Amino acid sequence: MAFFLETLLGGLMAGMLYSLVALGFVLIFKASGVFNFAQGAMVLFAALAMARFAEWVPGWLGLESKYLGNVIAFVLAAALMFVLAWLIERLVLRHLVNQEGVTLLMATLGITYFLDGFGQTIFGSAIYKIDVGMPKEPVFLLQGTFQGGVLVNLEDVYAACVATLLVALLSLFFQKTSTGRALRAVADDHQAAQSVGIPLNRIWVIVWFVAGITALVAGIIWGSKLGVQFSLTTVALRALPVIILGGLTSVPGAIIGGLIIGVGEKLSEVYLGPFVGGGIEIWFAYMLALVFLLFRPQGLFGEKIIDRV
Amino acid sequence: MFYRENGQFNASYRADQQIFSIAQDRWAILAIIAFAFIGVPFLVDEYIFRAILIPFLILSLAALGVNILVGYCGQISLGSGAFMAVGAYMAYNTYIRIDGMPLIAALLAGGFFATLVGIFFGIPSLRVKGLYLAVATLAAQFFCDWAFLRVGWFTNNTASGSVSVSNLSVLGWTINTPAEKYLFSLTFLVVFALLAKNLVRSAIGREWMAIRDMDVAAAVIGIRPMYAKLSAFAVSSFIVGVAGALWGFVHLGSWEPAAFSIDRSFQLLFMVIIGGMGSIMGSFFGAAFIVVLPIFLNQFLPSIGDLVGVEISTAAVSHTEFMIFGALIVWFLIVEPHGLARLWSIGKQKLRLWPFPH
Repeated sequence: MAFFLETLLGGLMAGMLYSLVALGFVLIFKASGVFNFAQGAMVLFAALAMARFAEWVPGWLGLESKYLGNVIAFVLAAALMFVLAWLIERLVLRHLVNQEGVTLLMATLGITYFLDGFGQTIFGSAIYKIDVGMPKEPVFLLQGTFQGGVLVNLEDVYAACVATLLVALLSLFFQKTSTGRALRAVADDHQAAQSVGIPLNRIWVIVWFVAGITALVAGIIWGSKLGVQFSLTTVALRALPVIILGGLTSVPGAIIGGLIIGVGEKLSEVYLGPFVGGGIEIWFAYMLALVFLLFRPQGLFGEKIIDRV
Repeated sequence: MFYRENGQFNASYRADQQIFSIAQDRWAILAIIAFAFIGVPFLVDEYIFRAILIPFLILSLAALGVNILVGYCGQISLGSGAFMAVGAYMAYNTYIRIDGMPLIAALLAGGFFATLVGIFFGIPSLRVKGLYLAVATLAAQFFCDWAFLRVGWFTNNTASGSVSVSNLSVLGWTINTPAEKYLFSLTFLVVFALLAKNLVRSAIGREWMAIRDMDVAAAVIGIRPMYAKLSAFAVSSFIVGVAGALWGFVHLGSWEPAAFSIDRSFQLLFMVIIGGMGSIMGSFFGAAFIVVLPIFLNQFLPSIGDLVGVEISTAAVSHTEFMIFGALIVWFLIVEPHGLARLWSIGKQKLRLWPFPH
């Protein structure tokens, strides 16, 4: 029982991290109808920027405090993500308005390649560490109830808290600010939003910037867990089943989908994996999403798809 | 001046319905095929065969298959690499497990098993569309990657996990030198291209296109979506599977699952988009572009570096390659979203009037 709980908790924590990446996808898809394959590359790019700035900034400014260095590095990385968002809107999206979904998907794949190469060119391609002071040692909970207790990584708990906080902030931003309202209007209907005077181009920059920030946060958390390296880009592929399970257009869907996938992956790996040779995590999530889609084609919380001739 | 069709009258339905109804087209294509079969083997050296021509031929075949699914039937698939892998591994298994299995039959058997897998993973297309489907087909990709890596039966329980074939021969003709491999792949490509071209201009091809343009409307006028979609998946994955088997047998010789990873799927989709969706010709253009571009960049970048006096390391070259590749793709999508095939047809249209446009 304790082992089961441990796996379950581990799955939930992992799921929270998946939802963090999935959130970036959903935000961009909602606001611009672009299925942003580059989210994984953005996570890597942001994490690389953060890791390298945190290394360089103390040297540039002669700072002693690591805390301050991290904060400045975060601000710099965020600024970089803003520039990136602006450039993407300016150079790519603006020219591809009204193209089909698959063309836009391909364009983001092109951006993926570019970012992978660019990030490693300017920031280097070794494995870097991000140290934002996340605790590494595990703790044992419920030692009274079960023998030996339930092992929980404090790091994961922190990460889950940060993810929850980010989601809360984002929903506040979307619900309560006028920019958020504009974003929701654009998501609803591009043309109607444009006709009441919402500047589409600026909205896109904002959305990509917000997605960039979520990529940065996801990158920091994943990076401090696994180290910043090229394999971070595969995180995006892990997050894809999450969004189709939760629905491409739903923020709560991304979170709940993430939790389901996280738990499903861990449980399947532990209880099913040994029978078929292990390593089933990655496709299990996709299969789960696939089976799910057969019953609910629009995902858990996606908008109902209505076909008209 | 030379590309004129006046004076050419189609007096029968048969003449009217031929693939290339303009005589100049017909002769040009025949000349190209004849040159490819007879001229090329004497003209180019081994490196070009190995690095450019053979990959180009096999990947065009795969792109052709993907184009049928994505370009003609409108079902986006990111699992083409998996179908290639199924083709390669099942061809391998039939080839070594059955005594005296002819090579061509083994390759076609690979295609057949790819068809089965393709139909299975095509079932979600009956319920989900567009980008949801694209992600759903990734399931095929990851599942196959895993299966060929972890299930020992597929690789004949080899310790390293990589499989290899040698001593290929067809009816006593051994396929050893690059030139022979080239001719072998070329034969496959020509046969399948002809088949595909005829399929897409027949009733079933029109059904696929109707489904692509608007599936609800197609269903209303009596096209069965299930039949049309699954047949597109079947035909496409058969061709892709055969291409995968060729890729393993003829091009690589020995391979492991990484040869058919998700990057391969993306690459095939790039070929289709850059070449032109819904165009057989486009598949060839796309494959040529994607095969030649990295080789070109690889050769070209260091010399550019020398020119401006900067030593470019190999790592930097590969990163720059990534950047240029990505940027070119985006640029291309912006400039010509309908692909190279559109440029080709615009060129032909211009040529018809040249040099007297009035």
